[in-house]
This record gives sequence, C-alpha cells and structure tokens, in this order.
Amino acid sequence: MSNKKKKKMTPVQQEYHDFSKVREPKRPVLRNCLWAFFVGGFICLVGQFIQDFFLWNFEFTEKTAGNPTVAVMVLLSTLLTGVGVYDHIAQHAGAGTAVPVTGFANSVASAAIEHRTEGYVLGVGGNMFKLAGSVIVFGTFAAFVVALVRTTLALLGGS
Amino acid sequence: MQVYLWAFVVGGLICVIGQLMLDVGKLTPAHTMSTLVVAGAVLSGLGLYQPLIDFAGAGATVPITSFGNALVHGAMVEANAVGIIGILTGIFEVTSAGISAAIIFGFLASLVFKPKG
Repeated sequence: MSNKKKKKMTPVQQEYHDFSKVREPKRPVLRNCLWAFFVGGFICLVGQFIQDFFLWNFEFTEKTAGNPTVAVMVLLSTLLTGVGVYDHIAQHAGAGTAVPVTGFANSVASAAIEHRTEGYVLGVGGNMFKLAGSVIVFGTFAAFVVALVRTTLALLGGS
Repeated sequence: MQVYLWAFVVGGLICVIGQLMLDVGKLTPAHTMSTLVVAGAVLSGLGLYQPLIDFAGAGATVPITSFGNALVHGAMVEANAVGIIGILTGIFEVTSAGISAAIIFGFLASLVFKPKG
C-alpha cells in the first residue's frame, strides 16, 4: 500500500513523509509485550477460575462450562468498563486487554455508553457494534468458508 | 494446578501475538482482532484448536481466537447432524452466550453509566 501511495505524492509531501517517520516516537515494543503477556495471562487465569467454579458447583461438563464462563467474563468487563476501570488498564496493557473476550465486551459496552447522548435507537443501537462488528463479520464469514470446505470434503470422502 | 499455569502462559502468549501485530505490524486494533478471529477459525478447521483447549483450558477459550473456533465448531456439529444447511443454522450455536451477553449487558450499561472523560 505505502509504495503505491508514495509514487502519487509530490516531492514536498514525500519530504514531509520521511521527516514525520524519523520524528515518530519509537514504540516500546518489549515493554508493551510484557504488559500484554501478564495482563492477558491474568485475564485467562481469571477465566480458568470461573470455569472451574462452574465445573465444581453446578452440573456442567468441561465442554459446556465455557458458555457461562464467557457470559460472566463479559458481565465483569462491562461493569469495569462502565465505572471506567477497564479503559484505564487498557492504556498500558494494549492487546492484553483487547485480545481476550473481555476486550470484545469492552468495545461493545464503551461504544454503547459513548453514543447514548445520540439517543437509544440511533446512538446506542446503531453504534454498539461499531468496533466489534468487524470481528463478528469476519469471524462468521471465515467460519462459514471453513465449515463449507470441511463439509464438502467430508461429503466427497464419504461417498 | 498445571492447567492454571498453562492458561496463564498460553493466554499471555496469544495476547503478545496481538501486541506484536499492533506494534510491529502497525495494524489497527480492529484489523488485529479480525485477523485473530479468522486465524482461530482456520486453526479450528485444521483440527488444531481443540487440542490447544485441552492443553491450556481458559488460556485458549478466553482469547478472541476461540470465537472463530466456536463459530466453526457450532457450524460443524449442526452440519454433521442435519446436512449442509446446518452451517447456517448452527454457526452461532456456541457463541450465542458471548454475543447475547455482550449485547444485553452493553445495553444495560448504556442505561446506567454515563460516558467518562
């Protein structure tokens, strides 16, 4: 993408492009990764505790305990988003808070809260999946293709 | 006890992959999440995701990659039961809890909380 764009730029634009590239602050990649590792790992650890809680206290098997676990984690993350704590952690943790399912809930809840001033139908309803929508669209389409390929292969192999 | 350690390590590593995509690959968060979900779906199709869940528990089910896995899983179970139309009817079977919880709690949150900062 950048090469094509570069050719279209005037010399002055190119000069500025190189200039801004040098001045751009270096990202502390190692520190960010450590934050992401520990916060992300901690969230998964919490998830494991919740899952085991459902396993021990209710009639769930290892396969079915995943659903209530996700629901509880979504609830926790929505509450933390509502009181403003989740985004505070997310400033440091980056992908550590975004990649777990709590980040999905955070993006839904924060978009819903942010747009409430525009009304409940157009604001909250219309913008809730502004960020999370791409995850659902691409996840669903990818899953459709994968499942279609596997089913076709099974049909071909079976007949 | 072992599973807690692996949940922490594997979950953390998946987040590090996401962080590297953000910092080194210079992708936006939306691109990163979408790529991870698609990666989860593809791994699931190759039959590699379930072994990871058996190994790491919540370390594999909590990151967003498991969303892709769960979509494929639901579609495949239903497709095996009722044929090819099951892909459409079953695709949200497993992920229903996550999506409906996010919608319901998110809407409730918008009723209760005011935007901050």
